[in-house]
Amino acid sequence: MDLYEYQAKELFAKHGVPTQSGVVVTDASAAVAAAEQIGGMVVVKAQVKTGGRGKAGGVKLAKSAAEAGEKADAILGLDIKGHIVHKVLITGAADIEQEYYVSYLLDRANRTFLAMASVEGGMDIEEVAATKPEALAKVLIDPLVGVNAEVAASISDTAGFPADIREQVIEVLQRLWDVFVKEDATLVEVNPLVKTPEGQVMALDGKVTIDENAEFRHADHAALVDLAAENGLELKAKEKGLNYVKLEGEVGIIGNGAGLVMSTLDVVAYAGEKHKGVRPANFLDIGGGASAQVMADGLEIVLGDPDVKSVFVNVFGGITACDAVANGIVQAIALLEGQGEPVTKPIVCRLDGNNAAAGRDILSKANLSVIHVVETMDDAADRVAALAAGA
Amino acid sequence: MSIFLNKSTKVLVQGITGAEGSKHTARMLASGTNIVAGVTPGKGGQVFEANGHSIPVFNSVAEAVTATGADVSVVFVPPKFAKDAVLSAIDAKIHLCVVITEGIAVHDTAEFFARAQQSGTTRIIGPNCPGLITVGECNVGIIPADITGAGRIGLVSKSGTLTYQMMYELRDIGISTAVGIGGDPIIGTTHIDCLRMFQDDPDTDVIVMIGEIGGDAEERAAAFIKEHVTKPVVGYVAGFTAPEGKTMGHAGAIVSGSSGTAEAKKLALEAVGVKVGKTPSETARLAREAYNALVRA
Repeated sequence: MDLYEYQAKELFAKHGVPTQSGVVVTDASAAVAAAEQIGGMVVVKAQVKTGGRGKAGGVKLAKSAAEAGEKADAILGLDIKGHIVHKVLITGAADIEQEYYVSYLLDRANRTFLAMASVEGGMDIEEVAATKPEALAKVLIDPLVGVNAEVAASISDTAGFPADIREQVIEVLQRLWDVFVKEDATLVEVNPLVKTPEGQVMALDGKVTIDENAEFRHADHAALVDLAAENGLELKAKEKGLNYVKLEGEVGIIGNGAGLVMSTLDVVAYAGEKHKGVRPANFLDIGGGASAQVMADGLEIVLGDPDVKSVFVNVFGGITACDAVANGIVQAIALLEGQGEPVTKPIVCRLDGNNAAAGRDILSKANLSVIHVVETMDDAADRVAALAAGA
Repeated sequence: MSIFLNKSTKVLVQGITGAEGSKHTARMLASGTNIVAGVTPGKGGQVFEANGHSIPVFNSVAEAVTATGADVSVVFVPPKFAKDAVLSAIDAKIHLCVVITEGIAVHDTAEFFARAQQSGTTRIIGPNCPGLITVGECNVGIIPADITGAGRIGLVSKSGTLTYQMMYELRDIGISTAVGIGGDPIIGTTHIDCLRMFQDDPDTDVIVMIGEIGGDAEERAAAFIKEHVTKPVVGYVAGFTAPEGKTMGHAGAIVSGSSGTAEAKKLALEAVGVKVGKTPSETARLAREAYNALVRA
C-alpha cells in the first residue's frame, strides 16, 4: 500500500526523522485557515499516490493565506496521471540551501535491502540513475545487521554528503531505517532531503510503501487506508477475500492462479485485436479452491462492473477437479438468480486439466443459455472477445 | 535423478497437523513421496495417519531430523509463524526448505533468506510457491502429481497454475522436474539457479522457463543463458496487459515505472536466442518443436 506524503511524514515524525508537519485539507476555506495558522509563506501540495506532482502543477507556493486558498482551489480536482486530487497538504515554506536524496527499498536482484543516496536531490531520481549513475550511491544492507551508525556513515560517505551535515545525515539515515523496519515498509524515499540556511537537515517530502502482508503486526496500519480513493469493486472484492484489479476493458476475467489470470488477460487482449479492440475489464484470481461460493462471489463482482459485456471463466483443474469447478459455476449462477441478480451476460468457460471432460459435460447438461463451453484457452479468448464486440 | 529431489529424498512437513499441511501431506504420500516426519510445535508425540502411512509428529525440526534423518522440509505454516518455522529448519541444517505459504511479510523473507545464505547449508525454494516435483519420484508441495508422466522437459516457473497448464500441454513428452519458484519479490531460488541445474541434469533435454511482470529476474536469466546454457530454452512471460503500478495477484508481480514490463523480458530472452511463446499453447508448441528437433538429430 502506497501512502500519501502526509501519512509518510506522520510516520517520519513518529520515528524521529526531522520533517515539517502541516495540515491536510480538502477545500479552499480550510486551506486559508491552515495557512493563517501556520503563518507566513506556505506550500500547497497535492496529495496523490504518484510522482511528478510538481511538473503537473500540483505543488504551489503561496505568499498569503488568501493565496493559499486560491492555489488549493486550483489544485483540488486536478488529474495527475489519472489520480484525482482530493486532499492538499499545507506546510510552511522552508528555505532550502541544498537538496539531497535518500531511500531504502527492496533489492529483488540481490534479494536483500538497498540504500540509495545522492547529493543531487530534488530531481527525478530515475533520471539521475540513467544519466549520471555515478552520482547515485547504492549500498546493500544486510537484513541481519540493518543500518547502525557504522552502516549509515558508509552510506553518507559513499554518497559524499558534506562534512558539516555528516553527523545529522547519519542520524537521519538510522531513523529512516527505523521507519523502514518497524513499519514493515518496502519503500522509504525522501526526495528532497534538505539542508536549511540554518544548517538543519530535514525531510521535505516522503514516499512510503507499506507491506500489506505484515498487517498482522500493525493494527494501526488499517487507519492508513483511504477508502474513499479506492475503487468500489476492488473494495468489495477485498472484503470477500478475492484478488481483483479493475482494468479499462469490456471482457470480465475470472481464473485460478495469478499467473494463469495474467496470461488470460494477455490472450484476451490479443484476441480482441480482431474484435473491435475489446480488452480485459479486470484481473480476478479466485485461487486454487474455486468452490461454488467463491465462484458466485467472483461472478457477482465481475458482473457488477457495468463495462463488462462478456465474461471468461478460465480454470485449470489441479487440486480441485474440473467437475467440482463446473458444479460451482452452475450453482453460482443459481445463487445469483436466487439473490435477484440473474446472469444475462454471456459466460465463456474453458476448463482444462483434472477431469476436464466431466466438467464440460456438466456445463453442457446444465443447459444454461448464458454458458458457452470452449475447449482451449485460445479459442475461448476468441469467442469471449467476439461476444463482447457484438454485444 | 533430475534436480533437487529423488526417490531417496526424506521429506519433513512443517505444519503437518494444520488444514493445508494435512491435506497436502496425504496427497504427497499418495504420489509416492517418502515423508518421514511432521513438525507442529506442541503436538510432538502425535502420529499423523494418511493413506495407510503413520508419520511421527515432532515439536521441533531439530528433533525430527535427529530421529528420522529428514533432509528436505516443506512449510505449510501460516504467514505470521513462517519465519520462525524456516529459521528452525535452517538451524537444523535442512538442506532444502520449500516454503509454500503465501502472504509472508517481505522483511521476514529477507531475514530468513539472509540466514539461509549465512548458514551455507540450506537452500530455500519459495515462498508463495507450489513447490516442485520430480515426476514419478518425489513431490514436495502442492503440484498435482498426475498431470503428466516423466519425460525430458525441465520446467521452472514463477506461477503455480501456469506450471500445471504447461505440464498438461506437454504431457505427450513429459516432465523431468517442474519447479515453482514463487511470485514474491524475494525468493530463495531463482530462474538462474534452476537453469544451471537443468543444464547439468542428464535427464533434461529442453528447458521451459515461465516468467511474469515485476523485477528483472527474466532479464538476468537471459544473460545467464547466453553464457552458460547450451540446451534449448523456450520462454513465456505473463502480464503484457498489466497496468503500471498495480499488483497482479502475486506480491512481486508489479510494473514499476518503466521497469518490470513483460515486453522488456520477452525482448531480453529473444535477444539471447530463447524462443518466447505469445500464449501458453504456443509456448508448448515451441517446446515440442525444440524437443522433436533434438530427437530427430
